[in-house]
Amino acid sequence: MLRYAVKRILSAIPLLLVISLLIFMFIHLIPGDPARIIAGKEATSYEIENVREQLGLNEPLLKQYGIYMAGLLTLDLGNSIRNGATVFDTIAPRFVPTIQLTLLAMLWATLLGTLLGIMAAVRRGKTLDYVSMIIAISGISAPSFWLGLMLIQLFCVKLGWLPVSGLTTWKSYILPSFTMGCGVMAIIARFTRSSMLENLKEDYIRTARAKGLGEFFVILRHAYKNSLIQVVTVTGLQIGGLLTGSVMAETVFSINGLGRLLVDSIGFRDYKVVQALLLFFSLEYIVINLIVDLLYGVLDPKVRYD
Amino acid sequence: MAERLLDVTGLTTTFRTGKKTSVTAVNNVTFSLDRGEILGLVGESGCGKSVTSLSIMGLFEDTAGKVASGSIVFDGEDLTKLTTKQMRSIRGKRISMIFQNPMSSLNSCMRVEAQLIEAIRLHNDVSKSEARQRASKMLSAVGIPDPEQTLRSYPHQLSGGMSQRVMIAMALCCEPEMMIADEPTTALDVTIQAQILELMKDIRSRNNTSILLITHDLGVVAEMCSRALVMYAGRIVEEASVEELFASPIHPYTVGLIASVPKLGSGVTSLPSIPGSVPDLSAMPQGCKFAPRCKYAQAVCRQTEPELAPVPGGNGRKCRCHLFGKEEGKEAQA
Ligand SMILES: Nc1ncnc2c1ncn2[C@@H]1O[C@H](COP(=O)(O)OP(=O)(O)OP(=O)(O)O)[C@@H](O)[C@H]1O
Ligand SMILES: [Mg+2]
Repeated sequence: MLRYAVKRILSAIPLLLVISLLIFMFIHLIPGDPARIIAGKEATSYEIENVREQLGLNEPLLKQYGIYMAGLLTLDLGNSIRNGATVFDTIAPRFVPTIQLTLLAMLWATLLGTLLGIMAAVRRGKTLDYVSMIIAISGISAPSFWLGLMLIQLFCVKLGWLPVSGLTTWKSYILPSFTMGCGVMAIIARFTRSSMLENLKEDYIRTARAKGLGEFFVILRHAYKNSLIQVVTVTGLQIGGLLTGSVMAETVFSINGLGRLLVDSIGFRDYKVVQALLLFFSLEYIVINLIVDLLYGVLDPKVRYD
Repeated sequence: MAERLLDVTGLTTTFRTGKKTSVTAVNNVTFSLDRGEILGLVGESGCGKSVTSLSIMGLFEDTAGKVASGSIVFDGEDLTKLTTKQMRSIRGKRISMIFQNPMSSLNSCMRVEAQLIEAIRLHNDVSKSEARQRASKMLSAVGIPDPEQTLRSYPHQLSGGMSQRVMIAMALCCEPEMMIADEPTTALDVTIQAQILELMKDIRSRNNTSILLITHDLGVVAEMCSRALVMYAGRIVEEASVEELFASPIHPYTVGLIASVPKLGSGVTSLPSIPGSVPDLSAMPQGCKFAPRCKYAQAVCRQTEPELAPVPGGNGRKCRCHLFGKEEGKEAQA
């Protein structure tokens, strides 16, 4: 297991290299002069030259890449163009709200998604099934910015129950995490349902019933445990989707997290920060995938580590 | 005189197929099983053998099936009248079941020990470690050489024969009075098959367990059973002691079945088979269900369905045919 984990982590390194290369390239792939674009439309040629100097764009490409990689390896990601602070200092304080919201969203989405999925599978073809799947489909179809705005309209403006923006009290976490988790919840619900239905048809379920086991345990201890293998894969992939969700939710609810920082930095053409954020999000995605892979082995005894 | 354990009378099981439509998979099935008896239930695929066994166990969760009429009296108690909860206390404890495909019948995500302990603790008030000890004993009782290792295994680490032994151990761990074995050896290779059958015989003689042995292999019936039921299209068409059944089959279907079994040294190169196929449940012929495939069929066979009637002088022998088994000694020839 440990050896497998190490192997898996090592195998992520080439992937990270490719990603970092792509992120490095993206500034050079923008058509036209990157310095001109970054400096803005009304910039004087002096200002453009200044930007070019700052970003080291005058150096040969290979050297630029060398400097960039050296920076990455020493965790020196350069300075923000917007306020001159180091990229690290710009990102660090934004980290906590995003992680909090992501975890909260993940938590409720997993719990509710699982519950809806199981109920729908057990009551297949009955009202509860339709209700659960209508909730799930709405969750997938509702765009999160629209959902966020509607929720603000209802709970903040009309009813006045919850704060509109920021993350001050526990109440202010409700709407953003709800908005972020909706899509994931819906997908988990649908996958849980279909994989439960598949498993409930299996022979071992009949064996469990023939033992005299009650339906509750047949469903949870046998069918659900087996469905988890499939559900975990999907869930893991969806967490990646939560990152986009954080961009939306943080913008709609004015939360100073990483998602909003990304939007703002793009607006300011703060390209060092954008680069760092893209790297961070990619890294997060890779780590989640790694965790899912390892979880797989815990859940499915047939997976062998070699 | 052997003591009666199970009396199935007029069992009819239907599956809903639509809002108002349903198919009858088992129709008016009547038979009995004594304590310590091994009763064979044979017939082609789809004739309703499994549905009969599932009806006894009441295992219709997740299907649209139900026992539409008839009674299943087990040790004086009609199982069709019990609540789900009462039924659960019988399943696995007093009547247990093993299935055709042992590999898929075990939960691949749970260790063997967890599955056995679960079965033991469901019906016995014992601690986990006591249950584990008992599980280990059960495994050696079914001939597993290294019980400790097997307990720690996951099902995919076991062979088919081992899995079926584990299934049997699980079925026996609460010392049931009756075991239903639904094609227990069909998925196994021949040598393993013989071992599993031997094991079941052993169990019968050790614990006086009654066994309802479902199979489509007449060889297995000849080897294991004292009595057998022949099923066709959801009905019992013939009931006889095994010696009589093989020596002088009465029903044309039974005759065909027996004729289609290869006999060692008979020199026959091509086996006769029964022409035609099993009728579809939703389009059953009127009259005798076997008539369309029967070479003796006459007008009466196509119009009215014969009863399962005692054969004169047949000592408990029964046959469902208009033409044969009405008078002593009259039987169809292949
Ligand atoms: N869940 C179900 N829903 C609808 N029809 C069913 C269901 N289960 C069984 N049947 C029908 O009942 C009939 C009898 O099936 P059964 O499984 O008892 O056959 P069998 O004799 O056990 O055959 P085999 O030798 O293939 O196991 C079949 O025609 C089948 O179509
Ligand atoms: Mg069957």
